[in-house]
Amino acid sequence: MSPTATVIVDYDAGNLRSVQRALAEVGVTATLSSHPADVVNAQRIVFPGVGAAGSAMRTLRKLGLDAALKHAIASGVPTLGICLGLQISLEHSEEGDTPTLGLLPGVVRRFRLDDPRLKIPHMGWNEVRVVQPHPVLAGLVPGDECYFVHGYYPDPTRVEDVLAIANYERDFVCSLGRGNYVGTQFHAEKSGRVGLDLLARFARWDGKFEHQQSDKSRNDSVRAEVAGAQAKRPC
Amino acid sequence: MLSKRIIACLDVRDGKLAKSVKFVDTRDIGDPVAKAREYYLDGLDELVFYDITASSDKRRILLDCVEKVAAQVFIPFSVGGGVRSVGDATDLRLAGAEKINLNSAAIRRPELIAECAEAIGNQNVVLSMDVRNVTVNEAQPSGYEIVIDGGRTPTGRDALAWALTGEALGAGELVINSIDADGTRAGYAIALTRSLADAVRIPVIASGGAGTPEHLYDVLTEGHADAALVASMVHFGDYRVSGLKQYLHDRGLKIRMSW
Repeated sequence: MSPTATVIVDYDAGNLRSVQRALAEVGVTATLSSHPADVVNAQRIVFPGVGAAGSAMRTLRKLGLDAALKHAIASGVPTLGICLGLQISLEHSEEGDTPTLGLLPGVVRRFRLDDPRLKIPHMGWNEVRVVQPHPVLAGLVPGDECYFVHGYYPDPTRVEDVLAIANYERDFVCSLGRGNYVGTQFHAEKSGRVGLDLLARFARWDGKFEHQQSDKSRNDSVRAEVAGAQAKRPC
Repeated sequence: MLSKRIIACLDVRDGKLAKSVKFVDTRDIGDPVAKAREYYLDGLDELVFYDITASSDKRRILLDCVEKVAAQVFIPFSVGGGVRSVGDATDLRLAGAEKINLNSAAIRRPELIAECAEAIGNQNVVLSMDVRNVTVNEAQPSGYEIVIDGGRTPTGRDALAWALTGEALGAGELVINSIDADGTRAGYAIALTRSLADAVRIPVIASGGAGTPEHLYDVLTEGHADAALVASMVHFGDYRVSGLKQYLHDRGLKIRMSW
């Protein structure tokens, strides 16, 4: 395989071809691979997945992909985690009490909702509110909706990693990023034009992102928004 | 909060788009791939393909069609008709379907629901139910009976009991299709949809009978449906998907309005 390829990490976690087809629609030829060497040598990595955290972690370890992902991300390869791919990029998931990859600090929690009419999984179209500008999310405008299917949500440790928020009874983090890693809880590949646009931006992204430390007021407003979401969370 | 979804159903027969009235008088009305793409670009939230031939010798035609759609339509996409095994479900998933609709085969062998849920995840298993009104009796206390084989075979099973069974076995969503309303364009079966939607904790998609935008509004409010399925009203060009969404949005429903 060419070392310049975009690699979709294939670890038997759901139908990854939909991601491949969506990338093709925006002009990116991506290869599905379950070989650690391909991940390490990739120019760009998409780490998708649906299913359970426990079995996903077992498969990643068995294939040696856990170490390959850590290595590639540490060496600066632009990486996009989607849904379960994002969730297991954090340190721990409540789903099956599973230790996960720890690429980013934070945990994954199960939705606990007060309103019995709200269904879990959270499935369908919901608004994505960008709270911190990021090159990959730059096309999203207020009111844009993306497609979600999940019963758990990411809860990053560092507020400066939070890029976007959605609401399902209460606010939850639906996109986060740090350095060359960006993740979305929603399925960009199933989110119509908005999602395709996001994938196209990821395909052009140089992997650079500096959260807005210098802009204190902006950071404070993100912090306030996230703190608000956290305050409302039941434990 | 989640938006109410507008779902277009394409009945496919031998790779062509068809539409029935009360499940009979089927006629061909065009190319399903082109229609799917047209609706997608016009703001459709989800697409359903239903193979109304579903005979095993024609499977390849359906799979080809699913592949073509999946390469052009980037919203959730479910396929049903003739799914009898996990293998059938997996084939359709590999071809590009996200969700699988189970119908007659699940009545004949309810474990199929659990097997598919285990293999592809609950959220991807849609239990599609064709329902007709009956006089309330001991076997059908809800007054609704499940009919299978494309409307030809009454089962004697109570629709409400079957919805609960389906949910317990792992279905992630229900499609409630009223045979009495199907193709009439006289409105969804509101009471039926509401009684089932109130009984389960999974999303409910109302199907059959849509003729005007107000019908969609009614079933998404009074009918307690999470999504409204449309066919005739968009296939024949009377309404556009974007127009329906604008109407529902203007009436105050939460609808995805940018695409």
